[in-house]
Amino acid sequence: MKNKILFFVLIFFLSFCFLVLFKSLDSSSIYVPEKSEERELPEFVSTELFLNEEITSNEIFSGNEFYILNIWASWCAPCREEHPQLMELSKNPSLKIIGLNYKDDPKRAKKFLKELGNPFSITVIDKKGIIAIEFGGYGIPETFVINKDKKIIKTYIGNLTDDSIKQINSLLK
Amino acid sequence: MKTLKFFFIIILFLNIITISYADKEDQLVIKISKNLRCLICQGQSIYDSQSDFAVSMKLLISKKIKLGLNEREIYKQLIDKYGEWIVYDTGLNKNTVILWGLPVLLFLVGGAIILKKLVFRKF
Repeated sequence: MKNKILFFVLIFFLSFCFLVLFKSLDSSSIYVPEKSEERELPEFVSTELFLNEEITSNEIFSGNEFYILNIWASWCAPCREEHPQLMELSKNPSLKIIGLNYKDDPKRAKKFLKELGNPFSITVIDKKGIIAIEFGGYGIPETFVINKDKKIIKTYIGNLTDDSIKQINSLLK
Repeated sequence: MKTLKFFFIIILFLNIITISYADKEDQLVIKISKNLRCLICQGQSIYDSQSDFAVSMKLLISKKIKLGLNEREIYKQLIDKYGEWIVYDTGLNKNTVILWGLPVLLFLVGGAIILKKLVFRKF
């Protein structure tokens, strides 16, 4: 009798372990915390890619409009994939897109934008990747939606999809 | 010659102070980065990881220390950005009640069992 109970307990335990592990196969290994509340925009100083002049975050986000900050690099393949989406978004007049060029060679970055089009109003350089961390970024590509009160209201990790473009457009309304 | 010796000693002394200060700063960067989880390469701390994310994070910590922020302020800023998950040593809140409460509960239950057995043995 005791052996039977032990056997069933063992079977139950093994099935439980199997279920937990099987379920975790589908989930992403990158942890994304729930950042539901709005976050303050970090302050930083950087260099503009084309003008090669110093620019502050206050100067970049000075207008009374919605902003999108996109972290990208010429060496990042998913950035190339999401570029048409950014070009589509840049047609929206109530939105300004800021590019954060992450750990990139300026020459290659300029070539990338010349080849695929430039959706960014301003492109700033993040040579050491510190500004991306200040924004709460994980890697690239990553996109932040900033409202008129200068608060980060939404983050998209990974490349933008048609669905995310629809979501962004609905946030602007 | 004496003046030269004097200046040499002063320069040496200043260098020692700078090195020991830099050492302290580095030690603090190491201490903080050991208590931060690498969010890209889980299972590793920021200190252990060589990923882009971890390298930038270490630079950011160093920058914050130079700006005069203390350890607690740096953790707070990072928790605001990435959530409580980024620190290994999490504080007590509604999400971590089980984490902090379970060992205490197990200790009390275990203690009660041991006490009960000892009392029973006596009588």
